[in-house]
Amino acid sequence: MRIESVEQLRKLEKKYRGETESHPVRVHICYGPGCLANGAQEIGDRFRKVIKEKKLKNFKVEAIKETGCHGFCERGPLVVLEPEGTFYTKVKVKDVEAIVEKSLGKSEIIESLLYTNPADDKKIQRYKDIPFYAHQKRIALRNLGQIDQTSLHDYIAAGGYQGLAKALTAMNPNKVIKEVELSGIRGRGGGGFATGRKWATCAKIESDVRYVVCNGDEGDPGAFMDRAIMEGDPHTVLEGMIICAYAVGSTQGYVYVRDEYPLAVVHLQKAIEDAEAVGLIGENILGTGFSFHIAISRGAGAFVCGESSALMRSVAGEVGEPRAKYIRSVVKGLKDKPTVLNNVETFACIPVILSEGGKAFSKIGTPKSTGTKAFSLVGKIENTGLIEVPMGTTLREIIYNIGGGIKDGKPFKAVQTGGPSGGCLPESKLDLPVDFDTLTEAGSMMGSGGMIVMDDATCVVDVARYFLSFLVEESCGKCVPCREGLYQLHQSAVRICEGKGTDDDLEIMQHLSDMIVIGSLCGLGTSGPNPFLSTIRYFRDEYEAHIKEKKCPAGVCTALITYIITDRCTGCLACIPACATDAITGKKGQVHQLAQDKCDRCGACYAVCKYDAIEIH
Amino acid sequence: MNHDFSKLPEIFDRYSRNPESLIAVLQDIQQEYHYLPCEALQETAKNLSVPLSKVFSVSTFYNAFSLTPRGKKIIRICKGTACHIRGAYQLQHQFETMLGIKAGETSKDLKYTLEVVNCVGACAMAPVVIVDEKYHGSVDVSNVKRLIKRG
Repeated sequence: MRIESVEQLRKLEKKYRGETESHPVRVHICYGPGCLANGAQEIGDRFRKVIKEKKLKNFKVEAIKETGCHGFCERGPLVVLEPEGTFYTKVKVKDVEAIVEKSLGKSEIIESLLYTNPADDKKIQRYKDIPFYAHQKRIALRNLGQIDQTSLHDYIAAGGYQGLAKALTAMNPNKVIKEVELSGIRGRGGGGFATGRKWATCAKIESDVRYVVCNGDEGDPGAFMDRAIMEGDPHTVLEGMIICAYAVGSTQGYVYVRDEYPLAVVHLQKAIEDAEAVGLIGENILGTGFSFHIAISRGAGAFVCGESSALMRSVAGEVGEPRAKYIRSVVKGLKDKPTVLNNVETFACIPVILSEGGKAFSKIGTPKSTGTKAFSLVGKIENTGLIEVPMGTTLREIIYNIGGGIKDGKPFKAVQTGGPSGGCLPESKLDLPVDFDTLTEAGSMMGSGGMIVMDDATCVVDVARYFLSFLVEESCGKCVPCREGLYQLHQSAVRICEGKGTDDDLEIMQHLSDMIVIGSLCGLGTSGPNPFLSTIRYFRDEYEAHIKEKKCPAGVCTALITYIITDRCTGCLACIPACATDAITGKKGQVHQLAQDKCDRCGACYAVCKYDAIEIH
Repeated sequence: MNHDFSKLPEIFDRYSRNPESLIAVLQDIQQEYHYLPCEALQETAKNLSVPLSKVFSVSTFYNAFSLTPRGKKIIRICKGTACHIRGAYQLQHQFETMLGIKAGETSKDLKYTLEVVNCVGACAMAPVVIVDEKYHGSVDVSNVKRLIKRG
């Protein structure tokens, strides 16, 4: 069935919403990456089986929804009963029968599966009342957890494609651009360039062909917002792209998805096919005469392809090396034609900007960084997960109110934002509002939204070394400052971590960093020294401890630490088979011995010891 | 190594032998043979009308491609930031010691390939190890032996 007009789309929305609401209870099972790895698939299968067996009266199998990432990955697998919002955490396959019998059959709540608030030890029934969710505001992630992840039916029922309908029928392309400019939205991929201005530039250039490309090459390690959106709500990305295409006058678009996200490709492919089948993508969209096609382009594992000109070469089947951008890609991009390249999260916000209006969006956040931003909150934090907050929220609010503080009550050390191009910020910067400009001033950057929290057992010198080794691997090698400069930076960092560093190393690193920033061709190089620059700025004492005292205060750098078995050892034998180098010997019931000459400091014994008998010195 | 290359024309046709589809074609070939055999690269060059040098440069530029045969069981350790600070380095060390190969290598008996990947976007369950496409979260060094044996 083709949707021929906007009126028909509105009718469908009403009909589909009615169908969704006709279920007295809906079971939303989170199929996000975290929950899937913990058995969400088996839980879903079990639900279908049990419901079939029990022959529940008021419950249809269609009311089971496989949703995208609900966000609270730490507590997964998650099962949410809507519309009430009852939130079951750490659900196991064996719990399913009880949920069906009690909660679906008799509307009873199963207390043991509810979230316990660590502040007062009380159970919380609805997810909206849990601090992790209560402090968030969701725009880009609005449908995650709310709709079946690849269902066009559910997307339309949730008001999907209404932004597009409004753009196509009530606005001319110029007005769409004005609306996006009014919203003040800036690119969510990290650059923070004004989206409306980018579209306006592209639309003004004389050309027979223009392209719209979605950057789904979420290469920053520690970030998975875009993965969650592409997998959990693919239609919103497509809708944003179609609106953009109408605004700039494009007929062909590409979604570039990184190789490590195979499920995102599957879901986007299904969404494109479903949208094509009803005429939301393809020729004569919604009977308005506007046509636009979308194809998926798969990456093949290269971080540098997140850079605009490298990405466009990769889409065209070339080696993904960036070019000098005297002419911007919005003027001369894919196949040398004017191209709008926006990030997944940016496109996901566009439908809301159109349907709710640019002005409403601009009122959220701060005057210069409007709207909300999604973050993946990971590392040594209590509530790991996917979040979205208004711009201007402070790091402290994010880490403590939403994130629940540092794991196991340990002291906070640093928070890393902006991926390999970003930096580490210390405790004294926690009250900074999170927006594009403030983080850059503090020596880090917003980046695409990875937020990695570190405790006192994380060595920042090791973190800098880690990012530099990442960048050395991923440097495409085209320009010398990046290829050779980052390599030398990394060598110095390795020396320091091995206890062989000297004061000269720091000086050389500082000097090299300045050169790399000035001389590199693309963003990978110009921001490459940031991991070093931000850590030396805030954690110089830790570098000095490595160099002068030959000590790693966090107990991470293997060359500078020793493992010691203390007399707390109960002689349980657990660490002996765990040791790959046979360095530990001992008898049951007697304190074990560790031969330092054999020990390669892998930490296996430390990980398996249940009695805290092994110490790091 | 002997391979049946009769499936190649179908892969080329899937993309209308379009030179711009080079990456997609190589991905499908790798899917089929688990690596990029030399003969397949030569056929690709011929059928997509691109120089063999370009096929070679693309297949060595991107991390996803392998020019050497890979093992039966593929173990991938995520080295994203979240995984790194939760101990991915120790995991890599343990896998390397136990398998006797370095990351990026395949065991001589072609049983195991050990790889590191930059970030698989499953940071919430760090550190992550993927054995033959199955994700294992919150892995610690004491699980390594079991993962090698059973996956």
